[in-house]
Amino acid sequence: MYRLLKQIAKTGIVTEPAPEADESLRLLAQRLQDAVLGHFGRSLAVRHVDAGSCNGCELEIHACNSPHYNLERLGIRFVASPRHADLLLVTGPVSRHMETALRRTYEATPEPKLVVAIGDCGCSGGIFGESYASRGAVSNVIPVDVAVPGCPPAPAAIIQGMLTAVSSTSARRSSGASR
Amino acid sequence: MTHPFATLGIEAQRLPGALPAWHAPVAPGALRALAEKAKARQARLVALWASDETPRGAGYGLHVALALREGLLWIGVPLEREHPRYPGIADLFPAAARMQRAAYDLVGVHAQDSPDHRKWLRHAAWPGGQFPLRKDFDAGARFEASEDRYPFVRVEGEGVHEIPVGPVHAGTIEPGHFRFSIVGEKILKLEERLGYKHKGIEKRFEGMTALDAARLAGRVSGDSTVAYAWAYAMALEALLGVEVPPRAAALRGVALELERVANHLGDLGYLGNDVGLSFGFFQFWRLKEDLLRLNCELFGHRYLMDYVVPGGVAGDPGAAACVRLIDALAAIEREIGELRTIYDEHAGAQDRFIMTGQVTPELAAALDLTGLAGRASGQEHDLRAAHPIAPYRGLEVRVSGHIRGDVAARVSVRFEELAESFRLIRALADALPPGELRLALERPGAARRGCGWVEGWRGEVFIALETGAEGALHRVHVHDPSWQNWPLLERAVLGNIVPDFPLINKSFNLSYSGHDL
Repeated sequence: MYRLLKQIAKTGIVTEPAPEADESLRLLAQRLQDAVLGHFGRSLAVRHVDAGSCNGCELEIHACNSPHYNLERLGIRFVASPRHADLLLVTGPVSRHMETALRRTYEATPEPKLVVAIGDCGCSGGIFGESYASRGAVSNVIPVDVAVPGCPPAPAAIIQGMLTAVSSTSARRSSGASR
Repeated sequence: MTHPFATLGIEAQRLPGALPAWHAPVAPGALRALAEKAKARQARLVALWASDETPRGAGYGLHVALALREGLLWIGVPLEREHPRYPGIADLFPAAARMQRAAYDLVGVHAQDSPDHRKWLRHAAWPGGQFPLRKDFDAGARFEASEDRYPFVRVEGEGVHEIPVGPVHAGTIEPGHFRFSIVGEKILKLEERLGYKHKGIEKRFEGMTALDAARLAGRVSGDSTVAYAWAYAMALEALLGVEVPPRAAALRGVALELERVANHLGDLGYLGNDVGLSFGFFQFWRLKEDLLRLNCELFGHRYLMDYVVPGGVAGDPGAAACVRLIDALAAIEREIGELRTIYDEHAGAQDRFIMTGQVTPELAAALDLTGLAGRASGQEHDLRAAHPIAPYRGLEVRVSGHIRGDVAARVSVRFEELAESFRLIRALADALPPGELRLALERPGAARRGCGWVEGWRGEVFIALETGAEGALHRVHVHDPSWQNWPLLERAVLGNIVPDFPLINKSFNLSYSGHDL
């Protein structure tokens, strides 16, 4: 126990400042009212759905929870069921074998809900494209609010995508500093 | 000179390249006898796949890659056009069972006398009787989704019930379906259903040029991008008869070991997390993030994607960077030493690790368990030591091992492999040979063959490459070691309690994408 506590004390806090929202990542006009966003902004429950990725994006999603990024301090946490989620974080391309599961997950998520597509494949189908086995972009299957390119996008970019999804122009003006 | 496979009764031809690999054509009627002889010589099944040879005026092809003491033996079995079938070998090499089912789903070649003829990679994206890897199958074809019926094996008895899990899981992991049959908390049976991530990778290869396809190879399983990119480059370079410059080979070795370190750090963190030691997650993921940032700075990508390219490597970190790399890794290594002591002395963690998810060496040998998980169960296979090619030649890679085959053994092997990887990176980066980084490659010739075989962090990644008319990619088969190890996960959980499944699963950490293709 002594070693463990010593290691914690020695490590200190390595968490870095969070990124700002970036409106250029937005695909759909903000669908939510400021009142709802104010609520989301404090606590965002995220359900990740891997719809057919190479698993590269998953490595970076995991890294979002690591101490340098410390996602939970922003009120963002991953939940185990779409029924508990406000936002779906979807990696792709969407394989045809995952199409039904992705649709059902989307339908199981209560309104109001947001979708963030992660990675070049989630944005456009990437190197796998569209084929007999792949539907390509996430937006070919469910509505996507914000798309974050990258192969894979870095953790800060993924966090930025989620923050963009729950930001609106007026909300950001009033609460930009407190985030 | 007598060739090394005379005792198997075949004529094998040495494939070009540094890898000790041979190719032998074998008639369907002789396949069983050969497989039995190979099995008697402790051969391991590396991969089994099929191809459409009708453009060459033939029928179909079955391919079997075996690992023998001398090296890799690639067996090509010509099958007739009308009823392509062959005698199955899953009774001799159990890992072949799912590969044979996948070969039917994709190419329509049929394993006779096989007890399990259920589909495997096919769900509902294409109908039965259509075969995506046949040449007359349109890559862009789109079929009406049919109902996806799959008969799971049912366990019956008083108090037995089923827990279906997935394809969308509760955590951030890849999609797959697990069907548990349990009594109380105890697992009586686990049946996996995979294939959800099938995205047509092998068909995609056939529409690409040999050089462009390297990027796709690097995205078969993102966590093993270096291993795949290297295996692909090795296959293409062998086929072209070129040898990469020594500096490029050394840098490939550094990249492969960095990939091993990054994945082992991540897994050790999660293994702590899964037994309630979140301290472990935060500490190991802090170290992993430090390493990823260093990768990005020195090699241009956090996971080293597209760093290994056909002909060499994409960039040179330079001498100052090598010094930085060695210093940074030394700092990480010191912290790992401290963390290992904490893990070893943590009674709660050890109580969950020890004797959980055990695969005995006997079972591991019988079912061809491979890679890291294999080494934790007494299967001391490591290509870096068994067939050391540049840059591993002369480095005398020490193979880590354990015989208990439980979660604790897989934790221990990871710690030991980290230490060995640090030693290898130091040795390579300290003495980088001068010279070129990358050779310009010409277009491959027609009807050539090459293969790549790389010890990735998870196990052996194998890629077989054949060109067709005018040097276009005729067939690219990519094989992930997860094919061998997924069936063992079904066995490892037996008698364990359901809440230990995530821990056991993580201790194997198998690839879905690399398997589903």
